[in-house]
Amino acid sequence: MEWNALLGSILTLTGSIFLFLGALGIYRMPDLYNRMQAGTKATTLGTMLTLLGIGVCHTEWLGQVLILIMFIALTNPISSHALARAAHFKGIPLTEKSIVDKLKEEENRLEVK
Amino acid sequence: MDKLPEIILQISVYFVSAGIILSTLRMIKGPSMADRAVALDTFTVISISLIVLIACLSGRVIFLDVGMVYAILSFIGVVAVARYLEGGL
Repeated sequence: MEWNALLGSILTLTGSIFLFLGALGIYRMPDLYNRMQAGTKATTLGTMLTLLGIGVCHTEWLGQVLILIMFIALTNPISSHALARAAHFKGIPLTEKSIVDKLKEEENRLEVK
Repeated sequence: MDKLPEIILQISVYFVSAGIILSTLRMIKGPSMADRAVALDTFTVISISLIVLIACLSGRVIFLDVGMVYAILSFIGVVAVARYLEGGL
């Protein structure tokens, strides 16, 4: 048995469990911002682990897979940041359990001055 | 014992498919439009993983290019939806 295939498949399994947990957070969390937190961080790590596992499994695909990993690590935070900013400025409320909103405090402080 | 990596890959396909189903449920259920945009973002990132897993299981390298183009297009789409929600488009 080839050991790189076993190592790559175990990495892929770990990454897919992270992807499943991220989607579970998307489904279960009470608020848009909580959902975004769960969905972005867990799926970034899960996608990177899954693609790295495939790259270890098929060593001749490793360059292409590394380009894909770099692209996801660059673009996933940008898109989630744009979505969170749009949701906050559109006025979507936080859930009742949340206790602090630093961006709103900063906006109020700038308006008072 | 020789088949073990392939079996583990098939189990991970099941996990990724369950993730896609959960994010699709949120996309159907989501109360506002921004919720659906967040669910769409997660959905596209998970389906990139599914495309690359299918590439590994079927042994065809062309699916890696498909995943790359899908990643670029989904990023542009999500950023465009976010700008539209903000009112800047």
